[in-house]
Amino acid sequence: MELLDLYLALFASFFKIGLFGFGGGYAMLPLIQREVVDVHQWISVNDFTDIVAISQTTPGPIAFNSATYIGYTTVTDMGFAAGYGVLGSAICTLAVSIPSLVIMTVVCAFFSRLKENPWMRAALSVLKPAIIGLIASAALMLMNGNNFIDYKSWIIFSVVLVASIKKVDPILLIVLSGVAGLLLYPMQV
Amino acid sequence: MIPLIRNEVVNKKLWLDDSEFMDMLAIAQSMPGPIALNTALFVGNKRSGFKGSIFSGAGVILPSFIVILLIAMVFTRFRENHVVERIFRGIRPAVVALIVSPLLGLGKSAGVNFKNIWIPLVVALSVWLLKISPVYIILTAIILGIFHFIHVKQIMKK
Repeated sequence: MELLDLYLALFASFFKIGLFGFGGGYAMLPLIQREVVDVHQWISVNDFTDIVAISQTTPGPIAFNSATYIGYTTVTDMGFAAGYGVLGSAICTLAVSIPSLVIMTVVCAFFSRLKENPWMRAALSVLKPAIIGLIASAALMLMNGNNFIDYKSWIIFSVVLVASIKKVDPILLIVLSGVAGLLLYPMQV
Repeated sequence: MIPLIRNEVVNKKLWLDDSEFMDMLAIAQSMPGPIALNTALFVGNKRSGFKGSIFSGAGVILPSFIVILLIAMVFTRFRENHVVERIFRGIRPAVVALIVSPLLGLGKSAGVNFKNIWIPLVVALSVWLLKISPVYIILTAIILGIFHFIHVKQIMKK
């Protein structure tokens, strides 16, 4: 059963992403990219970057968004009907949420003891700065020849970086970069 | 997203008071998984146990599930389209810029300073260049933190 194997592999990957996704948001990106682009090659790095772009312009956590998107596209790309893709989506989204459900159930039971626990603070003391490194690596992993095709890419990158530090709305910046892409890259013949 | 959650949970529904909310947020951010999901699961569990967390979890997952599923269904048809490809050529470098820009602020709030800046640097380089799995990085960081704590405790005893 090719489809069942694919479902199982998707479930295992997204369960792992949910279980080790410390720091939320961008900190989870290197883990997701490693699983879906490098290890399983379910999607290309370009597609992955596009999912991140979609996540930046829609509400909702990036881990869910990539689970839902990848669950659908990997199944349909292998030639299965859209209904199986929806099921793949649901499997991935569920898989990424289950670790949180288990962990938060335990946390709620021991909340008063965990609150000021020195051991927990100790475990987080190195993890917190490490998470900053994970976010930086997410950016570095996406700065490759597939996403940065020429000098124009670097111009867009620099302008958006400065504008974003100056607190320009990220959704507006994504839209403007899309327009820039249309204007800067001529129609292919 | 956090001010939105706080307004709903603390101000409107009175499910938690402000200090409970802050404690909960600190824990939800320290645990793996999306912060919005962890927060929802916590509030659901506090109000009506495990069943409550199932419902609050479903509530936070479903909207993005539906939106992204629709986008996936539509987008897969236009992926090869030239116009869409040109638009995304412009967007991809912007995506990376938006990941880089909050780094300084996040670093400050995570307590990164000149003494421990080697930690994010080593992590970034080993994941990017040496292709070490973030799973090992996370496990190592947790173990190092605990060892450091034990070490400091022993020095304090002497």
